[in-house]
Amino acid sequence: MVTSDIYNKEYDVIIIGGGATGAGTARDCALRGLSVLLVERNDYSTGATGRNHGLMHSGARYAVTDSESASECISENMILRRIARHCVEETDGLFITLPEDDLQYQQTFVEACQRAGIRADVIDPAEARRIEPAVNPELIGAVRIPDASIDPFRLTVANLLDARMHGAETLNYHEVEGLIINQNRVEGVKLFNKHDGSHVEVRGRVVVNASGIWGQRIAQMAGVKISMFPARGALLIFGHRVNNMVINRCRKPANADILVPDDTVCVIGTTSDRIPIETVDDMRVTREEVDILLKEGVKIAPSLATTRIIRAYAGVRPLVASDDDPSGRSISRGIVCLDHAQRDGLEGFITITGGKMMTYRLMGEIATNAVCAKLGNTAPCVTASQPLPGSEDDAPNQSDLTKRYSFGQRAAIGRHGSLAARIEKENDIDNALVCECEGVTVGEIKYAVHQLHVHNLVNLRRRTRVGMGTCQGKLCSCRAASLMGEFNHDVKRAQEDLASFLDERWKGMRPVAWGDTLRESQLTATIYEGLCGLDMAVNLEGKEDAQ
Amino acid sequence: MAESMQLCNISDNNFEQCTKCSICTTVCPVAAVTTDYPGPKQAGPDGERYRLKDPAYYDKMLKLCLNCKRCEVACPSGVHIADIIQQARMTAGQGKRASLRDTMLANTDLLGTMANLVAPIANAALGLKPTKLVMDSMMAIDKHRTFPAYSRTKFETWYKRHAASGQEAMPHHVSYFHGCYVNYNFPKLGQDLVKLMNAVGYGVHLLDKEQCCGVALIANGLYKQAKRQGTVNATSIRRSVKEQRRTVLTTSSSCTFNLRDEYPAILDIDTSDVRDSIMLATRFIYNLVDEEEIKLIFKQDYKRRIAYHTACHMQRMGWQIYSIEMLRMIPGLDLVELEQECCGISGTYGFKKENYERSQAIGSTLFKSIEEAKVEAVATDCETCKWQIEMSTGLPVENPISILADALDVEATRRANGLK
Repeated sequence: MVTSDIYNKEYDVIIIGGGATGAGTARDCALRGLSVLLVERNDYSTGATGRNHGLMHSGARYAVTDSESASECISENMILRRIARHCVEETDGLFITLPEDDLQYQQTFVEACQRAGIRADVIDPAEARRIEPAVNPELIGAVRIPDASIDPFRLTVANLLDARMHGAETLNYHEVEGLIINQNRVEGVKLFNKHDGSHVEVRGRVVVNASGIWGQRIAQMAGVKISMFPARGALLIFGHRVNNMVINRCRKPANADILVPDDTVCVIGTTSDRIPIETVDDMRVTREEVDILLKEGVKIAPSLATTRIIRAYAGVRPLVASDDDPSGRSISRGIVCLDHAQRDGLEGFITITGGKMMTYRLMGEIATNAVCAKLGNTAPCVTASQPLPGSEDDAPNQSDLTKRYSFGQRAAIGRHGSLAARIEKENDIDNALVCECEGVTVGEIKYAVHQLHVHNLVNLRRRTRVGMGTCQGKLCSCRAASLMGEFNHDVKRAQEDLASFLDERWKGMRPVAWGDTLRESQLTATIYEGLCGLDMAVNLEGKEDAQ
Repeated sequence: MAESMQLCNISDNNFEQCTKCSICTTVCPVAAVTTDYPGPKQAGPDGERYRLKDPAYYDKMLKLCLNCKRCEVACPSGVHIADIIQQARMTAGQGKRASLRDTMLANTDLLGTMANLVAPIANAALGLKPTKLVMDSMMAIDKHRTFPAYSRTKFETWYKRHAASGQEAMPHHVSYFHGCYVNYNFPKLGQDLVKLMNAVGYGVHLLDKEQCCGVALIANGLYKQAKRQGTVNATSIRRSVKEQRRTVLTTSSSCTFNLRDEYPAILDIDTSDVRDSIMLATRFIYNLVDEEEIKLIFKQDYKRRIAYHTACHMQRMGWQIYSIEMLRMIPGLDLVELEQECCGISGTYGFKKENYERSQAIGSTLFKSIEEAKVEAVATDCETCKWQIEMSTGLPVENPISILADALDVEATRRANGLK
């Protein structure tokens, strides 16, 4: 459908926000037969969805302080293992007690887990060292719990794909500028199309505000007040996996106490700082944050001290303020669904917030229930049982893959599950690697560009992992930019895109630019600026930042 | 603070030091001739990240690696690329049994012992067309290949009969790790070394116990056996170096490299305490000449034009300079130094039917440059390069030690070194 046709339709529901929650709500609504439009101001999963640990909580972390969240987590955890197999790696996790921690807490922790229905097996420290050799060998206690690793980018895309297969429309780079309000009723949204600079209005019977920390601003547009509690967390990405199980500290939640194996890397985090709502768009990581993360991280896995850090990033948790806890940790991660008709007397407007990436599906279900109640739709929710596209039962298993597919094809199946069947692999060109670190082929790039809403290299990275390896785009970005230029018949745009992609990569490397990461970035700069003169060919805004 | 904590990044085989510059891939002889092989960067440090995630990401195309180590020589960041690949192959091959062919090719020791007993028959049989066709079809050993001829008398037997008694009287002493090729196929090289060393006052002794160094076992996935034999050799070498104070000389670059570097890197046999005392004979002799400990006098009428080919493992050690400089000391020798290129055989690799064409494609530029050099013979420190170059160019290939021994004026040299 062309964009103007999308604008001219009237929808049952318009969802604001292309994170996991928005995508999950769109899928649920579409599966229940509603006509759906989802709008996102940037790319999908650019907010908190794409800026967390990639941890599929068992709920154990919340068991002691927030049993409701813990129960929600373990229930969603088990559901996601079934419906989102291709986004989940079933690693299991450890909660370790170090000599500096109180071993008494382990007892409290295990009991709380049992109350919440989370399997928690106390194991011998020697056994913990055996099953996870990266763990701090000085540990004095360990509990094994069903944590796992999850890829939030894939998860969001899979939800969006399913929503679209069931008739939903989705638009990225469409920012909500205002709401259409008519006599205490929200009747649609005013959009700014960032691609062509146009302004449009789209009508819907119900508008769902699923925009995370930015939801406070959307609510303001509707004239209602929600007090968000922005808690910022920074994380570090290491160049390769040191651990193959999630490792947590068994103590009250604190800084940098979780190490998660994500795809080819591992991630330590997070810090937690209360920040003013005005600064939620500033994602720069400070020196102090890097220091805290590494200092605490080596207590979990000592080898982190000598492992290359490839990037630092930060995200903002969209918590709804309920008490005055300055750390932002004792606060409930509970799901908040506000029907503004009941709360503020404003019809046709629902806010879904709080919660966690982990509970996105449940949030979608709750929000969709609220939408359906308004629209008189009685269809049941099926998102807990119906697998996401890519995770159908006929997905091939690994040993089968080893025999039949090349490395790049197997990496793609790891990323896209059964959807990888859509990737062309008939000839040498399609099988040629664009991103060598992450095994992304020309065929996979074609698939992403043509079927997964890719407008630029950063979008492409989120869909495929192009540029997420240790070279951070040095070799793949020019190849990928060249393919994009070919598909779009626009060399100039591809060149600008290349420069801005490399700039984006450098921003994440900058806080950790020493040692091999610095050497790596120096070589990148030498190739693109020194040899190719990219800095002279393209004038980037904020260029001083990239130097 | 974080920066000072991270003074160095430590990863197995320095794989994290890779900055993806891809220089290794540009020098890889296999990647140059086939797109089936992903190249050392992809097979090594890139693939390693995926294998750490899940060993199932092992790429079966890694079997195409020659283990020539040219990637490691080229790497500006000190990444042990080929070691990463060998270890990945080792991990992936665990629990699998090597085929009869691979076991046969790998067991140079066993095969040599048996063949020595029936050398004339074995040589004739191995050279026969029907035998070759049977080996080609039944065992996938390429029909173009000829097994190196087996000697009737082992080097060790010759040594005990003809050389052993004279060695103790020499003023200086070294040990000699002769390797399978000298022992079973070509005792003359060992005899040449004894001749050369004796002429400058060095007694040559065998090790207490020598077994095949295991380079072919490693290449064919027989790691357990390689480790067993390696441990025996390490013990013998240690006794020679530590107790008898004898440097261990070698005449094969691949054996040398295996003993010095693959033992610790692949087989986890620590040889660090004796590593510096294991060396190629040309390097040892060069150093003696350089320090004016010995003098070499060559025949006045010696006249030959010879090309020197640097074997891959020779290049990895950086020792070709010693062999080249030794050959240059021969006044009548017109030496052509060839570009450093892989000949394609890589031990047993080129013997396998599935590798034959690739093996010849890899060596083709080298063969062409040898042809263009218009020489009467080629010198190299590796026996498998010798077989490959002889088969592919028709020229005789000799070890520098044999050339030196041949050109040496033994009597004059003995006198110059104060021997009667």
